Amino acid sequence: MKVRQFARLASVAGVVLVSSLTLAACGSDNNTAGSGTSAASTAGQTSAAAAPAVDCGTGGKINAEGSSAQKNAIEQAIASFATVCPDITVNYNPTGSGAGITQFTAAQVDFAGSDSALNADKGEVASAATRCAANPAWNLPMVTGPIAVAYNLAGVDKLVLNGDVTAKIFRGDIKAWNDPAIAVLNAGVTLPSDAIHVFFRSDESGTTDNFTKYLKAASNGVWTDAHAKAWPKSGAGEGREKSAGVAEGVKTTPGGITYVEWSYAKDNKLGVAQIDNGSGAVELTADSVAKAVATAKRAGQGNDLSLTLDYATKVPGAYPVVLVTYEIVCSKGLDANLTKGVKAFLAHFASADVQKGLVGIGYAPLPTGVQADVVKAIAAIA
Amino acid sequence: MVTTTSPPPDVALTGGRRRGPDRIFRGFAVSASGIVVALVVLVGAFLVTKASPSLAADTASFLSSREWSVADPTNLRFGIAQLLWVTVISSILAMAFAVPVAIGVALYLTHYAPARVAKPFAYLVDLLAAVPSIVFGLWGARVLMAYVQPLQDFLKSVFGWIPLFAPTSVQAGTIFLASIVLAIMILPIITALSREVFKQTPNEHKEAALALGATRWEMIRIAVLPFGRPGVISAAMLGLGRALGETIAVTIILSTTSGAFSWSLFFGGETFASKIANAASEFDTPSTTGAYIAAGLVLFILTFAVNAIARIIIERRKAFTE
Repeated sequence: MKVRQFARLASVAGVVLVSSLTLAACGSDNNTAGSGTSAASTAGQTSAAAAPAVDCGTGGKINAEGSSAQKNAIEQAIASFATVCPDITVNYNPTGSGAGITQFTAAQVDFAGSDSALNADKGEVASAATRCAANPAWNLPMVTGPIAVAYNLAGVDKLVLNGDVTAKIFRGDIKAWNDPAIAVLNAGVTLPSDAIHVFFRSDESGTTDNFTKYLKAASNGVWTDAHAKAWPKSGAGEGREKSAGVAEGVKTTPGGITYVEWSYAKDNKLGVAQIDNGSGAVELTADSVAKAVATAKRAGQGNDLSLTLDYATKVPGAYPVVLVTYEIVCSKGLDANLTKGVKAFLAHFASADVQKGLVGIGYAPLPTGVQADVVKAIAAIA
Repeated sequence: MVTTTSPPPDVALTGGRRRGPDRIFRGFAVSASGIVVALVVLVGAFLVTKASPSLAADTASFLSSREWSVADPTNLRFGIAQLLWVTVISSILAMAFAVPVAIGVALYLTHYAPARVAKPFAYLVDLLAAVPSIVFGLWGARVLMAYVQPLQDFLKSVFGWIPLFAPTSVQAGTIFLASIVLAIMILPIITALSREVFKQTPNEHKEAALALGATRWEMIRIAVLPFGRPGVISAAMLGLGRALGETIAVTIILSTTSGAFSWSLFFGGETFASKIANAASEFDTPSTTGAYIAAGLVLFILTFAVNAIARIIIERRKAFTE
């Protein structure tokens, strides 16, 4: 009897133990955003001088959070950064731009990734400055993500759209693929009479924000809504969760069309429409994107490099539907060792080699002019 | 249920000298249930305190509006009408799919299947409950969707004149598809509980029915089903509770909509839970967050109400069946 009782007690204890372990495991997920001081690397921390010209400090952990649009880019940069500063661990949590900025201003992470620059009207500029010990935070453009207008139409390999027609499709004014307005832009292409099924992002997203900015700027007044992270009421179609959701929706639905980061369109083998910006049809390539970003105006001052993109650009060969994601960093005010680490990582991310490598995974490198300024700004972080 | 027939181990003998473990276990049981009550109360309090400032600032009718614009803290306009409709209709449809199947499976397992088939089959059904909901979501969106679309097209073309089956702008992620997946997700719990109640039907009842010349189906109808009804209802309500609150699978499967509203099952929309999940990463101001938490509060109350109704039904039925 004693044995039985003991067994029972033990099983109760076992359940308690297991559940507390599980709880602890769940909890630690959310806690990765530490203060950045915990030195997690178990390897020797003495090889800081291994890479010349890069000051890695004494190593440690850098935590960042934000835009999911730059997730693949920053992950690639993190992977190659391991050869530059092996003692620094960089964590990036792609929870969304809003969450990234919130975590950054709450001093939970060391820098934020965001699809839009800090917004003074929302008080983000002020609260970011408070977080940086009364120093301004800088918006550094880092990753250029082209937005593809992706479609699923059997037998149509090349489709040309312009701002006008795109806006009408995404508002539901054009309902069939063989609509004359589409046919005019696609002479020589046999368009089926299928219904158009529009897919949009159901979650709030920087991609939607930038795509609606483009539609607003380039549709000659067809698109009447202000740009927003949420798809507007006057927009057509059905909303799917995240980029993976809209890409999947188009893939499974003949006649589907959506706007999605280039990499998702490529991975799902969807058709990517060429955009006629007024000076002829432009294919989505790294070069055509860089041309469009080069036309952007500088909105920030000094080393705050926030950009205002010209979505209505008519520069020949410029692909205008792009999204620029920023890294938002303290210009000053972080712990000295941490600052060294952040500078080393960002300098690596902004370097020409890493930027060029992003093309393979669906991004475009920063245009040379912007890239040079970003490098300069990173060097000025103190 | 298998009742253990071994006598309670020497209660009387140990009563005097083994109070220690007894007291400890009593304390453990009491505090465990205390924690549960406290948790529910605290969750309720959290929802109310976070939601009330936004509810007070809401300039639209919270219960009857379909609007949802919460980005501007100075002009909050949000209402839950459509969320409530989608949540309720998808769950009810899921129940309509799941309950008959679950009862069928439970009856098969308890009254038709030979024991050597019933055991592994029962395990199999239980295993369905162990599949994470995100897997159901991905499967629904990536695999099932393509198969359900032709069925939907057929139903739309034949029954399209009924508002509930009207064609809409939504093609892929419909309420209909979400309900099918929800039905699969709540099937195991309803089956398992129904199986347990059907097993408990007193043999005397069944033998009496058979002795009166009833066929097996008639025996089930007059002896097993009436006996099991309260149990099946409570099982269904537990399933309904899960369907109402299911988040991730619905978020992945169900398409959101913009613009015009439709009563159709082939429309999309958002349930309370998927609405919150869709926006959770962009909660930036307390007033925005509060609006979503207000929706969560309604779901909380709704689930409470469903459980209360289930209890009432069970209590009423008990009087007649026992």
